[in-house]
Amino acid sequence: MNLKQDFPLLQNSKITYLDSGATSQKPLQVIHAVQEFYEKYNANPHRGAYTLSMEATEIYENTRQKIAHFINSKHTEEIIFSKNATEALNLLAYSYGMENLKNGDEIVLSIMEHHSNLVPWQKVSKVTGANLKYMYIGSDFEIADEEIETKITDQTKIVGITHVSNVLGTINNVKKIIKHAHKKGAVVIVDASQSIPHMKIDVQDLDCDFLVFSGHKMLAPLGIGVLYGKRELLNQMNPFLMGGDMIEYVYEQETTFAPLPNKFEAGTQNVEGVIGLGAAIDYIEKIGYDTIQEIEKEIVSYARQELSKLDYLTLYLTPNEANHSGVISFNIKGVHPHDVASILDSQNVCIRSGNHCAQPLMRFLGIDSTCRASFYFYNDKEDVDRLVWALKKAYEMFKKYITK
Amino acid sequence: MDDLNDIYNDLIMEHSMNSCHKKKLGKCDFCQMGHNPNCGDEISLEIKLNGNVIENLAFTGHGCAISQASTSIMIDTLIGKSIEEAKEIVQTFIEMIKREETNEENLKKLEDAIAFRNICNMPARVKCALLAWHTIEDILKEKEAKNEK
Ligand SMILES: Cc1ncc(COP(=O)(O)O)c(C=O)c1O
Repeated sequence: MNLKQDFPLLQNSKITYLDSGATSQKPLQVIHAVQEFYEKYNANPHRGAYTLSMEATEIYENTRQKIAHFINSKHTEEIIFSKNATEALNLLAYSYGMENLKNGDEIVLSIMEHHSNLVPWQKVSKVTGANLKYMYIGSDFEIADEEIETKITDQTKIVGITHVSNVLGTINNVKKIIKHAHKKGAVVIVDASQSIPHMKIDVQDLDCDFLVFSGHKMLAPLGIGVLYGKRELLNQMNPFLMGGDMIEYVYEQETTFAPLPNKFEAGTQNVEGVIGLGAAIDYIEKIGYDTIQEIEKEIVSYARQELSKLDYLTLYLTPNEANHSGVISFNIKGVHPHDVASILDSQNVCIRSGNHCAQPLMRFLGIDSTCRASFYFYNDKEDVDRLVWALKKAYEMFKKYITK
Repeated sequence: MDDLNDIYNDLIMEHSMNSCHKKKLGKCDFCQMGHNPNCGDEISLEIKLNGNVIENLAFTGHGCAISQASTSIMIDTLIGKSIEEAKEIVQTFIEMIKREETNEENLKKLEDAIAFRNICNMPARVKCALLAWHTIEDILKEKEAKNEK
């Protein structure tokens, strides 16, 4: 099975793409679905009584159903479309956090949260007077059970946790966190941005209260994301953005709002994004998460093994392979990640360098930035070999200047 | 790869990894922070003046080889220069990076800093090379504002 064949960008260029954690490449099937929408079905959903608009509405709503099925949500209207994970998290901060928290309550996050699941909660904390607390990681780059149990208390009202860290690749035990948080009466928001491209998400099995993800890291176009929320919670919440489509009756001074899911989808939506996301889900389901995991396990294990052989690297990586997804952060000791990334780029190897929108985690680790290679099922062992080769080259260039 | 070796050459590597200007001055007339939030590069420049002349300059902070070397080489070039000369050199460096200044005669005044002339072939790194120069630009502006008071 040569999956790279489905990805024109990987076919058309000689790059080794190791930045799928930032955004994945797109298969032909997704690109074609978007094109087909504009060629055959383009109209504004929910706004026209003519056939074309009805068709657009139908495709849009069918995709919602597809997503509901994909993450096993109980009700289709529990799926809300957003621009991305960031917008979905802001919706939660404003429409849930601001309205439900009060002085003395607690918000508990993990230290490995992406800024998008951190900065909005700082704002909520400042406005409501709720305390913002963090669950820290141990030397194994994982959150210990004890940390979960001591940080989430009777005062905790909201827990925000990333399923998989976009820096460390650590797979957090979200099920355990959710169970404990529920015992303490808190709601849990799971950031599945880095997990859903790689593993089956079942919101009923997790029993999370909210879950967010972006489409673009899982083969879909840029600019489409999903918020899942339990229906009873979403029903109690006020709208986030206001305008067309999210209303029922509008008077000069008052408005009543549409029921779910439209209540949270103001304005003309990113329909091509929704269509593309639907096609991405079809693609993932066609390959199957089992196969995806099998492929990735082989590549990531190989990468762990080969990178471990380079003694001039520092790896920020749990020793427990079972709890590690396809993201590997590292540094060449004494060399700045930005320089490493530039040298790798000259060898057509694309990795990310920087703080990965996780400055509090960087500060906790005592570093400014890392190099990050992230893998997806279209990568292969040759990509790992090219990474290692390019790293050797970078090290050779710097070796004689490195001051210990 | 040629561009790369052009940039990561001995001069730049030596300055980035072992700069004699990376220290605290103790006593200084102006101090200014510069940073590139995107990549986390952060430097602090200290300047000691003697009348109208830059008597000493030093920096602390962290960043990639290009930002560190560019800072160190800039300091090499500017120590002993008058404020007026410094302003001209900074201006010329910025114009060189933007490819607005290509006259060899004019570029001579940059001394070693001319080593960064091809950084525009690595657009992702232009900001790194410019960090220190924009920072000193701010200092010189501040000095000017003070003089006018
Ligand atoms: C864990 C995690 N959460 C949230 C985000 C934010 O995603 P987006 O920028 O698509 O909103 C990202 C991606 O950068 C991420 O890795």
